[in-house]
Parts: sequence; structure tokens; C-alpha cells
Amino acid sequence: MAIALTHPEFDLFFQDLKQSYRIFGPMRKKGKGAMSDTDVIDYGPISSANDIVWLEKSFFSPKVVVNPIRETLFHFVNQRAVVPEIDVQPILLLLRPCDLAGIDRLDTIFLQNGEISDFYYERRRALVKFAIMGCETGFDSCFCAVMGTNKPNRDAYDYAFMPSTKGVEVHFGTSTSTSTSTDASTDASTDASTRLTDDIEPALAPEHNRLAFELPDFSHVTIEQIFSHPMWLEYSRRCIACGRCNTSCVTCSCFTMQDIYTDDNKQLAQRRRRWAGCHIDGFTNMAGGHSFRTKNGERMRFKIMHKLYDFHRRFGKHMCVGCGRCTDVCPEYISFTNTIKKVSEIIVEVTTHANRQ
Amino acid sequence: MSIDRKIVTKNAYRITKKRGLTALRVRVPGGHMEAKHFGLLQEIAMTYGNGSVHLTTRQGFEIPDIDFSNMAEINVKILPLLQDLNLAIEVSTTGYPAAGTRNISACIGNRVCPFANDDTTALAQRLERAVYPHDFHFKIAVTGCPNDCIKAHMQDFGIICITEPQYDASRCISCEACVKNCKKKVTGALSMDAFNVSRNHDLCIGCGECILKCPTGAWSRSDQVLYRMVIMGRTGKKNPRIAMPFIKWGDQDTMVKIIENTYAFVERYIDKSLPKEHIGYIVDRVGYQVFKTEVLEGIVLNDEAEVAEHIQWGGYWYKDGLNF
Repeated sequence: MAIALTHPEFDLFFQDLKQSYRIFGPMRKKGKGAMSDTDVIDYGPISSANDIVWLEKSFFSPKVVVNPIRETLFHFVNQRAVVPEIDVQPILLLLRPCDLAGIDRLDTIFLQNGEISDFYYERRRALVKFAIMGCETGFDSCFCAVMGTNKPNRDAYDYAFMPSTKGVEVHFGTSTSTSTSTDASTDASTDASTRLTDDIEPALAPEHNRLAFELPDFSHVTIEQIFSHPMWLEYSRRCIACGRCNTSCVTCSCFTMQDIYTDDNKQLAQRRRRWAGCHIDGFTNMAGGHSFRTKNGERMRFKIMHKLYDFHRRFGKHMCVGCGRCTDVCPEYISFTNTIKKVSEIIVEVTTHANRQ
Repeated sequence: MSIDRKIVTKNAYRITKKRGLTALRVRVPGGHMEAKHFGLLQEIAMTYGNGSVHLTTRQGFEIPDIDFSNMAEINVKILPLLQDLNLAIEVSTTGYPAAGTRNISACIGNRVCPFANDDTTALAQRLERAVYPHDFHFKIAVTGCPNDCIKAHMQDFGIICITEPQYDASRCISCEACVKNCKKKVTGALSMDAFNVSRNHDLCIGCGECILKCPTGAWSRSDQVLYRMVIMGRTGKKNPRIAMPFIKWGDQDTMVKIIENTYAFVERYIDKSLPKEHIGYIVDRVGYQVFKTEVLEGIVLNDEAEVAEHIQWGGYWYKDGLNF
């Protein structure tokens, strides 16, 4: 089912959703960009449809809603551990099709990686329903079509909002909880709103991106050949290990632990986890002061291979979902997609060289 | 040939080495102008001058080798330039109204530079409207951050745009990028305390580097841009010295009002036996405490603002010749 709503109707529809959900989406944080007189588009609580930023890609990803930057796992009180409570009101998360695939990758890591699912992720994730924000054209750095994340399954979302010239088309996913959607659509359906015939899958992202390229085919090379290739030296020179690619990535899910004592007797403490990233100093620190991947090119190699090779070997799908944020936020103008293309080129180089011998 | 030298030089024309020839000085407040005016500068240089233009240290143009007899004609031509200065007074075809207070210069600021904490040109233009035209020899410059590319420290009034960094611990991943950078490049105002960053407000100079380095947005800018004012820096033939901090974390109105008040201060104390006296020497003679009291009169400082208790200027005296 789908309905075409005018802007005021969509507003009403949105207000109705707010009765049932805390709604998070991309919003403009005025003056909060790193450089002066700039805004940042970041995820935050959306109070009205006008708060939603459609025309720009968010700098940070929606992962913060299910995987907070910092999360206290438990408080130590003497010999006991107390798990903090969280707000259990359901969440509606507004995100792009690529980001929905990103949440799937987080699910894979936190819930399906090994025997035990992550309690903290799971309890937040269980609260979340999804509303897709349709991308009519995408942005310059997008490559969802290359990663195959441009066609979300209807059973993976509750709503899909597609902006149109007159307003917003609201499509209902097959997992939509009927009570909310029926109430909302009835309330919002004034005379002007049109019920759309829709047995067709809505096109929520472009069929092709402005960027088009083939993913590297690793089947005829050894990983050692890729690892030892001099192409990574370029990134030791260019990358400054600032970590923005990690923190803006929707699928980067690494974290580390911190124990913070809050009294002198070390009887009261909290253990929390916080995001970590493979480009950031300290990521590989080990007991005894050992660390590895000290060169930034090695970190770049690790990230590229993890997003496009290792994860796929383990889970049968790529970790990278093609949102392009890592390219957007890099202060050194390193393009993730350009790097992928270079990997493809060295594979050709390595295999041609091998064939000649 | 007869010219009234005092009127001519207050009208932005210079006495030059060559008898009978002058140079037109064109100020560009805030160092930024519409490219369309280049046509006019070119025309004046090629029609009346020798076809060349000098770029001045205070962000102006100086067009040499103009015959004094052409001044009236040129003054009519430069009207569009004067109109673009947005002066608080009515401009006419009589040329620049004064050339005492020097061009208020500015670094490129946050229209272009990622480090700049404010639009320096806009502030320079606001100051221009507040103080121009004036005969007193004031040097004022605005720089976007404590890198001080405009050399605010060489001015009578140097305004350094700053921000008071705001820390949101819930966004911090303890990566220490800000701490390491502050220690290496700035004053080491940041340190780690139980995985949180703690900022020493007395050491912090408000440069905003921590905000630029933060990969998660844990650091952000204060709602209001703030300023550090450094005063009474100078070059010259007696006692060159660097300007010293007068106000820290002041707001923009405070900066403007202090400069306005200083014109009245100079009026009261200037040595009128000299053709001109630089403010720094007046402050030396009258004393910093008197200067402070008088220029802050009637100003309600913003809550964040701090005023220097005492100032000891350094520099050296040419006449000491200590190194020789």
C-alpha cells in the first residue's frame, strides 16, 4: 500500500507516528560543523517533518542510534554489577537504503557473529523500526548500486518516504505494524491525499549511481600479493589517521573497553565501551606496549580488505554498503572508491605478470 | 606649482620622490574587494600613472607617478570604489575623506580558511564604519585565529577571533587526537582525565584546533564567536615591540567599543606639538592603568571576558644598541 501526501498531510502523518515512536533521523545541527559558520547534518531526535534533511547526506551515520558512541555496560558496586536501564520506547529510524543495509551488517556483527549475541546491541535494536528516506538521485560519492544495496526488501522496513514534487509518497513495507499505519494513514488521508495503486516495488534509490565500477575479483590472486603491493605506500603518505572514515561509516562497529573508578577505594566503577577505529592511533595496542599496522597505508589496506574481502569470506556479503561517507568526510580527499579501483588495477597487473611467466 | 600638502596627503595622495608626481593610495578594508574594481585600478594606472601598481602591506593598492593636476579627475573616477567601502558617512567626488587611521586589514578569514573562527573581513568592515574617517594614526587588523597570519601582534589593535570549545563527553572516544595536537601545536591546554578530556581554561587560547581534529564531533564551537584583543604592538624608529593581550574572551561589541573609546582617549592625551604621535607612546606616557580605566568606561563586558591586570611590553630600543 502507498499514499501520496501533501507536505501538511505528511506533517500530520509524522505527528501521528510520534505518538508511538521516538523518531530519529538526519537533522541540521546549526553551527555545529567543525569549521566556523558551518552546520553538520547528524542523527538526532526529529520533532517535526520539517526537521528532516532530505537534500544533503548526513555527515555521521544512523549507527549511533543502535550503537552509541559510548555506552555504559554495567556499574560495579562492591561485588555486584548493575546494568543500566535504557529508554524502552520504540524508535522509528529514518535512513537511506544504503544505511538500512548498514544496519544489517551491524546485526550480522553484533547478533550473528559466533554463538552469543550482543546483549546491549540486541536490546536497543529490538526497539527500532525503519522508515526509508528515498533517494531520487543519490549524491556524487554514492555507490549503492555497485554494492547492491539500492533495492531494500519490503520486509526490512515499515515505511518508505519518497519525496515528490507535491509532497511525500508514503509506502508501507510488509513488516508495518498495522495499528500504527492504519491510524496514521486514516488520520492523514484528507480529500487531497491519493491512495496509490502499488503492487510494484517502489524505486527507493537510483538504478545506477554517478560512480560506476566493478568490484575487485580476488579469485585469481593470493592475499599476500595484495598485501605486499606497493600501492599501499601512497596511503602512508596521504592518510593522516584522523579516523573520520571510521566514525562516519555506518558499518564500522569496533569498540574498546574502559573501566572508570568513581571512588578512592575502587569499590564503585563503571565499565563502558566506546567506538574504536582501525585508522585511529591505539587501535592495535596490546599488553607489553606492542602494536601493529603502525603505518597509515597498512591501516588503509586493512580497512579496504575488511570492507570488501574478509567480511565477505565470513558472512557471504560485503561489509561496505556504498554510502560513500568515508569519501565525503576525508580531510585529505582520499576516495574510497578510487582506492577500490586501484585494487582492481593491481589485480590485473599481478595476474598479467603471473601469466607472462 | 602650488599644492596644499596637508590636504593632499589626508586625501590619500602621497608626496613622492619625484617632484610634481604623486601616488594614489586605494584602501581595501578587510582585504577583500569585488573583482570588478580591478578595471578601474588598471585604467587609473595606465591613464594617469606609469602603468604599474604596488600592493601595500596593509592591503591596499598604490598607483605611482600620477601628476598632481590629475587628482580632481581621479577623485571623480574612484567614486564607485569609495561607495563600496560602505562608509558611515556620505561619500562624494572629492576623494578619500581621511588617511590618518590606516586601512583595517584582515586575513582571508572563514570565507575561505578552515582554521578561521570568524568572518574577518566583515568585522574589519564593521570597524571601518565605526572609526572612519579619522585623522589619528591607528593601526587595526583582524585575524581569524591565533595563527595570526595578518600579524595582529604588530598593530595598535590586533583582534584575534577565537571560540570557546564545548566538550560533549558522551561523544568522546578518548582517541586523544585533540590532546596530542594541543600539546604539540598549541599550549597543551588539554589532558586526559579518566578517559575524558579536561580543558584548562587559563591555558586555552580558543584557537579551535581541538574542534577541527575531533573525529566524532565531541568538541564543538561556542554559540558566540569571541575575541582576544592584543594592543600597542608597533614597528617604527624608537621601540619596536609586539602587541600584548588586553582582553581575552571578549565579545565583538566590546572590541568595537574599546577602539571607539580609544579615539577619545587619544584626543585627551596626544602630544599636539608633533605632527602625529602613535598611540603606543601615548599609553606609555599616560600608563596602562589609566588607559584601561578610560577605554573600558561605559562598557559592560560579556561574562566570559577577562581584562589584563598589568601589561609589560617588551621589544627593544634602537638607541640601546645592546648587541653591537
